[in-house]
Amino acid sequence: MMLAMSPTARPRRVQLFVTCLVDAFYPETAHATRRVLERLGLEVAIPPGQTCCGQPALNAGHHDEARRVAAHFVDTFAPDPAPVVAPSGSCVDMVVHQFPALLTNDPARAAAARDLAARTYELSQFIVDVLGDDEAAVPVEPSLTYHACCHGLRGLGLDRQPRALVGQAGGANVRPLDEDDRCCGFGGLFAVKMGPISSAMLDRKLEAIERSGADVVVVTDASCRLHMEGGLRRRASRTRVAHIADVLDDRV
Amino acid sequence: MRTSPLPFVRRVEQALADPVLRRNMAVGTSRQRTHRLEAMAALPGADALRNHASRIRAHTLARLDEYLEQFVAAVRARGGTVHWAATAAEAASIVTTIAVGERARLVVKSKSMVTEEIGLNAALEAAGVTAIETDLGEFVIQLAGQHPSHIVAPIMHMSKEQVGALFVERLGATPEEVVDVAAMTAFARRVLRERFLEAAVGVSGVNFGVASTGTLCLVTNEGNGRLCTSLPRVHVAVMGIERLVPTLDDLGVMLDVLARSATGQALTVYTNLVTGPRREDDADGPEALHVVLVDNGRSRVLGSELAEILYCIRCGACLGACPVYDTVGGHAYGSVYPGPVGAVATPALDGLGPWTELPHASSLCGACRDACPVRLDIPRLLLLLRRQTVEAGGSPVWLRLALRAHAALAVRPRLYRLAVRLAGRVLAVGARDGYIERLPGPLAAWTASRSFRLPARRTFLDEVARERRKVSP
Repeated sequence: MMLAMSPTARPRRVQLFVTCLVDAFYPETAHATRRVLERLGLEVAIPPGQTCCGQPALNAGHHDEARRVAAHFVDTFAPDPAPVVAPSGSCVDMVVHQFPALLTNDPARAAAARDLAARTYELSQFIVDVLGDDEAAVPVEPSLTYHACCHGLRGLGLDRQPRALVGQAGGANVRPLDEDDRCCGFGGLFAVKMGPISSAMLDRKLEAIERSGADVVVVTDASCRLHMEGGLRRRASRTRVAHIADVLDDRV
Repeated sequence: MRTSPLPFVRRVEQALADPVLRRNMAVGTSRQRTHRLEAMAALPGADALRNHASRIRAHTLARLDEYLEQFVAAVRARGGTVHWAATAAEAASIVTTIAVGERARLVVKSKSMVTEEIGLNAALEAAGVTAIETDLGEFVIQLAGQHPSHIVAPIMHMSKEQVGALFVERLGATPEEVVDVAAMTAFARRVLRERFLEAAVGVSGVNFGVASTGTLCLVTNEGNGRLCTSLPRVHVAVMGIERLVPTLDDLGVMLDVLARSATGQALTVYTNLVTGPRREDDADGPEALHVVLVDNGRSRVLGSELAEILYCIRCGACLGACPVYDTVGGHAYGSVYPGPVGAVATPALDGLGPWTELPHASSLCGACRDACPVRLDIPRLLLLLRRQTVEAGGSPVWLRLALRAHAALAVRPRLYRLAVRLAGRVLAVGARDGYIERLPGPLAAWTASRSFRLPARRTFLDEVARERRKVSP
């Protein structure tokens, strides 16, 4: 987990890494992320060359392809010294924990990757740990419950921060979720390669979500959202999935 | 190493279609998880202890040659005989030869995963020696003709009704003798007591070998390990060469984390320290002690990038923590070592060839890494094995092409955005209010149980590019 910067070092400018899934499937969440950061007084730069972090290739064992995409990411974000913020714990975990090792045979980029790793944050982590602002959320209407996405939780230690923000937004309307730190079964290609296992894992997750009685389950990753949402729709469930940026932007 | 002739997908299908197994796995693993977390929470400085345990493992493996020499010398100095086995077959043959030489018709065994690995029971059987498993769970597994489905809880997948039916069918138990778990345990105990008295040879595994003293540490909850190692005339201990700790102090650290991680106990009911055979002033103990050191791929793993897997102390915490394991159970893995650790250890020891699916049987959620008392980074090792599979040409063509195309586009942002737009248009053809219910080819596995959300009409980055053009035409 990254240490919070001292208040004097509060950044005035950030680079937004929107992530490939949010960009393509949930552009409204990207807009929400941008608005939330702007409302917190930050100038939000959006490097136009950004694409993907390369995690799909890495998880499939295709290190050469992953390395190519990671190198592009470093070239895109490293020149600007502003912190990088992304609405995804999983992609941030990739940058923070995988890039330096992946690029180890490319010394210049490996050094840039280490530098980036030290200033790349998931959205709620950035708001709470770096800005020290744990009152960024406004109360929202529907009842909420929180699912802790795996890579954020276990890779970045992301837990207290999103829970604080969800707690503020939902107030007394936050419902507990059974096994809230249990994987939903997405796992990237795992969902396709191991379809039946992934589906069984999703069933257990969706049953817990429906048992919680919440209107909306809040996540920090678009990948998990895509997965749970697809399952809820197939079940014709009325429960919705929202990204934490949408909650902070009061759009749930 | 293999426990089933069926291919992986069939084993998974079978497991998913078995409601008794599904329920038992859900209950068993959730109990293991809760007990582990409670026990660790009650242990002062648990995180520091886990770090310490991890460092002991790293240190021992870095100097395994020295510690093995120390250990062997110490075992011999206390009157034990040491045997080296390079392969599973060699190990099984050494134990079988000892049993046959002792004219043993019956061998009692305490629970040991390495004897499963070397296929010992079948080898003994082939030589006309009957092997009886004396750990209650293993006893049931043997009666059922199955393999353990969990490293420390071999019958986690079974219900007590299934065990009762087995006792009635195979051992002629009366309905009263299988009325509840206590009655079944008492029944098994009566059956096993006679076996202990008949056996000339006792075979055990080894949880830890202490290099400085030649001590074998065995932990059990039933006392069967103590009987196997003290009652028969001869004790044969089988251990993987990696299972050493340098000193008794180090053993203490490992024991602090082992039972807590495995069963949530502060210490198992029995912790046996066996140092040599019976001495003149000893009240009991075997006349002879044989220690069989099994390599079976371990020294090769030690010199490879997968060496860290040898840290494993076989507590099974990663099994209980894993959402894949608790969904499909141990038999679906098809290997003696199931679960996250098995998904690494099996291809590491046996070669990737027949085991390419196992490293993919994980969502990489990281729960195994969080649970591991010696801080094994299992997801990292799974990724390494996936890379090795790709390097050996084991990645499907569609995936190879897709990822190559993805990488080529991802480094060309304009083309990438064009491709995302195009993909959205193509997918939209088959969509109904923003979702696709049936995808073709390998992606059909997604839509089998999940709707697929259509990409947005306009991506965020396209929108931002439009804004920019408006501002600066």
